[in-house]
Parts: sequence; structure tokens; C-alpha cells
Amino acid sequence: MKKKWTERLGFILLTLSGSIVIALLGIILFDIISNGIGAISWEFISQPPREGMTKGGIFPAILGTFVVSIVTILFSVPLGMCAAIYLHEYARAGRLTRLIRLSIRNLSGVPSIVYGLFGVVIFVQTFRFGTSILSAGLTLGLLTLPWTITACEEALKTVPMAYREGALALGATKWYTIRTNVLPYAVPGMLTGTILGLARAAGETAPILFTGAAFFLPHLPRSIFDQFMALPYHLYILSTQHHAIEEVRPIAYGTALVLLILVLFLSFTAILVRYRYRKKMKGSI
Amino acid sequence: MLSKTSSEKRSIPLAEIRVKRVKEFLIEKFFFANGLLAILILLGIFSLLILKSYPAIEELGWKPFLLSPEWNPTGYETSRYGILSLMVSTLMVTLGALLIAVPLGIACAAFISEVASPRLREILKPTVEILAAIPSVVIGFLGIVLVNPILSRIFGIPHGLNALNGSLLLAVMSLPTIISLSEDALKAVPNSYKEASFALGANRWQTLARVSVPSALSGIIASVMLGMGRAIGETMTVLMATGNARALTFNFLEPVQTMTATIAIELGEVPYNTTHYYALFIIAFVLFLMTFLVNLASDVILQKYQEVSR
Repeated sequence: MKKKWTERLGFILLTLSGSIVIALLGIILFDIISNGIGAISWEFISQPPREGMTKGGIFPAILGTFVVSIVTILFSVPLGMCAAIYLHEYARAGRLTRLIRLSIRNLSGVPSIVYGLFGVVIFVQTFRFGTSILSAGLTLGLLTLPWTITACEEALKTVPMAYREGALALGATKWYTIRTNVLPYAVPGMLTGTILGLARAAGETAPILFTGAAFFLPHLPRSIFDQFMALPYHLYILSTQHHAIEEVRPIAYGTALVLLILVLFLSFTAILVRYRYRKKMKGSI
Repeated sequence: MLSKTSSEKRSIPLAEIRVKRVKEFLIEKFFFANGLLAILILLGIFSLLILKSYPAIEELGWKPFLLSPEWNPTGYETSRYGILSLMVSTLMVTLGALLIAVPLGIACAAFISEVASPRLREILKPTVEILAAIPSVVIGFLGIVLVNPILSRIFGIPHGLNALNGSLLLAVMSLPTIISLSEDALKAVPNSYKEASFALGANRWQTLARVSVPSALSGIIASVMLGMGRAIGETMTVLMATGNARALTFNFLEPVQTMTATIAIELGEVPYNTTHYYALFIIAFVLFLMTFLVNLASDVILQKYQEVSR
């Protein structure tokens, strides 16, 4: 009898833990959505802030996040793709390959603020890009690189070996094989990983604190050497540094909601692409 | 290899083959260079942190950083650079987070892999994925607007921006890592183990607690280490929620300032290339070493575990 009771009690505890985790997400989403929805309007997402950021919208922050994300992608995706192609298609098992993989795993564990410092010294000071969209985008690019490599390699893994062997057997060179028989089938998977990396980069704050994000700018950035406003940084400022914190709380909630929607939209898109692609791959084999 | 032999057999001019081979060789070297990038960046970060923290050590020696009880580089009389108090804060907040996240995370992973119906699993898995996708600045914001008033009411303190707040938020942030990796580890336990346990008359709970969890233990420990690394390096949540007071304390209800928050607050204020500036790089270097060691440890555990399970 005692055995049965411990089993029941144990399972109740496990169920409780599962419920707590679901409840946590529920509370987070509910609080942000219920408090932020009131702030959202066309004006909020299309106008710049006014009167010391107590009124108006957050358009420059949305634009800034968008533009920086593009720089991030342009930097990290080609590099990540090529590194993944090396690791999966060319590299032989050995000490060097192990070392590369170890480095990638450790890079993804480096604190984001350390990437920020690295960006300050390398991009802002050494390359003299100043605090700018370019510096921040490159810093975020470095941060997302390990994830991009891993995601691209996962995508390459899903391409059946037979596709490669078929081309090689017909006398194609290795690069020709990769270009015509591997990459086209791996692209959707790579896209998924890229979008997920983008979602993380868009929400990151610590790396852009010192590499280009600005408190407030009277005009939109004109080139990639200008400073920019960004959604996560804007939220940080509104909730900790603003002179009238209580007054701007609705705007802060609105900003948090827009950021959350952006990040979750990107994540869902990625999951959807992955789902469709998996279905297609299953059909083709 | 295959491509070379097959192109030799065809009757095309030797020069063309040679050009092709050179081209292939160059392409391979190009990808190889990209592959090396990860090592170069890691080495780059490491050497840059040493290079930039060295001037401060050259000027003041090791002692002020290790022995001084507080961190106060802009003190009125003397500058103090004791990073130990910051390390204590970081470790305290991390420990608090793990005390919450480890039991909850492992229990949730066990629930997903052993107990939940397929339908519940379909809900829980995306839940964990979405939880992982929420930006840290949003979690930090909730620490201010949601957790802060609740803590101040429960404990009757003027405000709830303290180590406990930071721990609660970091627990939420490290949960997805711990849950998904622990679940992978539990899933990797061979079915034959469980079947043997059932055959001996054990019930599902006994099988889970005495067979599945112990055999997945190394994977679970690795997941905890990764969650810990994430908590140590997390910046925005602790910056926003822990109150940022530099005094050394072991009380969870008092504000603390972690290593990451110190860098985030002060790097924007100090002039480049001053002692204070270099001292911030010492913090970053110690932080880097801490996360590096934690990640390496989790890596070693995982490697061993994979070897054993094969």
C-alpha cells in the first residue's frame, strides 16, 4: 500500500511542476499583453517619441532593431554557413575538428556582456566604426555566429548521404556536388536557424549598450555609421533610467509587448518553416 | 576522393584537370578558413580580455583586486577594486536561481518524458521553447513591475529589488535549458533498463526515481551546469532587478550588484583607457573564466556519458 501512495504523491508533484512551468509562461504573457495592449495604436508604432519620451510612439526603436538585425544577418549567415559546410562536408574527424566544435560550444556560452566589451574594443575603437549601427550589428553577428553554425550544420545533416554519393558517382567534383545536390535541400533548414538566431539577436540588450544604441535621437539614422534606438534598449531605459518612470510605464509595457510580438513572430515563423520543410523532405525520400 | 579518381578516368586534357583540382583545393581551403573562425574568435576574446586587463594589474598589482572588501573605483578618498564582493553577489544570485530551477526543471523534464500524455507533451514542449525565446530585458522588466511589489508586500520591505528577485528571474531564464536538456538525457535511457525494473516488480515511480534518473544523471548534471553558466553570464535581468548596491551582503533580501551589472553600469560612464576602464576588463576576464570552466565541465561530463552509453 505504501508503495502505491509514494507513487501517487510523486506523480502529483511532477504534474505540479509541469503546471508551474506552464503557469509561469501564462503569467508572463498575460501581464505583458493585458497591460501593453492599451498602449498599442497606429500612432505608437509609426511615430517618434515626443515630450521627453512621455508621449508619442516608438517607431525609431522598431526601425533601429530592424536595421541592426539586417547587419547582423549579413555578417553572421555567410560566415556561419561556410563554417558549417566545412565542418559537415570537408572536415575529417580529428583533434582539430574536435577543437573547432569545442570552441563553438564555448562561444555560445560566453556572456553577452563580454561580447559587448569585445565589440567596443574591436569595432568601436580599433576599426574606428564608432558607436554605430555597424558596430552593434557586427557585435550581435559574433554573438549569433555559434548558433548559426550549429543550425546550418543541423540542416546539412538532414540531406541524405545518397544525394552526395549520386553526384560523386557521376564524376562531379566535391564543390559541384555540394552546390547542386546538398545546398538546395539544406537551405530551408538553414533559414529556420537563421530566423531563430535573428529572434535572439533582436532581443539582446547587453551587447548593444556600448556599441551604438542611443537613449534618444531627434532624427532617424542616416547611415550605418550613425547611432540608433533599439526596442530592448528603449524598454531598459523606460523602466530604469527615465526621470518619470511611473508616468511612462504604459509606454514601457507597450514597448515590451511590441518586442515580445516581434520575437515570438520570428520564432513561430521559424517553427512553421521547419514543420513544412520536414513534411516536404519526408515526401521526397 | 571519389571525385578525383572519376575525373582521371575521363579523357579530358590534363591542363583542365589540373585547373579543376586547383579550384577544388582553393575552395576547400576557403571553407577551412571559415571553419577555423570559431577558434580564432574564442582566442581573440580571451587574449583581448587579458591584454586590456593587464594595465590595471601592472599599475596596482594583484592584491587590491583580490583582497579589497568592496568595489568602489570612484570612492571619495581611495579607489577600491575588490572584485570578490561582486563575485559573491553573482554566485549568490546564481545559487538562489539554481535552488529553484534545478528541482523544478528536473521534475518538469521527468513529467514530460515519463508521465505526461502525448497531448500534454504537445503543449509543454512549445511552452518551454517560447519561454526560452523571451528576451532577458522583458524578464527584467517584469522583475521591476511584477515581482518587485509582490516581494515588498510579502516581506514588508520598502522595495523588492534584491538578490531574491534576481534569483527568481534567473530561475525562469535557466529553466528552459535545464528542462530540455534533462528531458533529452531521460529520453536517452535505454528502454531495456526500465523494462528490467518493471519485471522486478517496481512501479513507475520507483523505476523513474531509482533507474531512469540515476542513469540519466550525467546528462542532467550537464544541463544544470549549462543553466548555471547562463545564470552567471546573464546581464539585463540582474541589472534591472537586483537593486545594484555594492555593499557585500549574504542576505537575499538586500540589493546586490553582480559582475555583469557592474560592467553594464560602469562601462558607459568611464573614460576609455583609464585604470577603472581596465579594471572592468578584469571583471569580464574573471566572468569569462567562470562561464568557460562551467561550460567545459558540462562538456566533459557529456562526452564521458556518451562514451559510457555506447
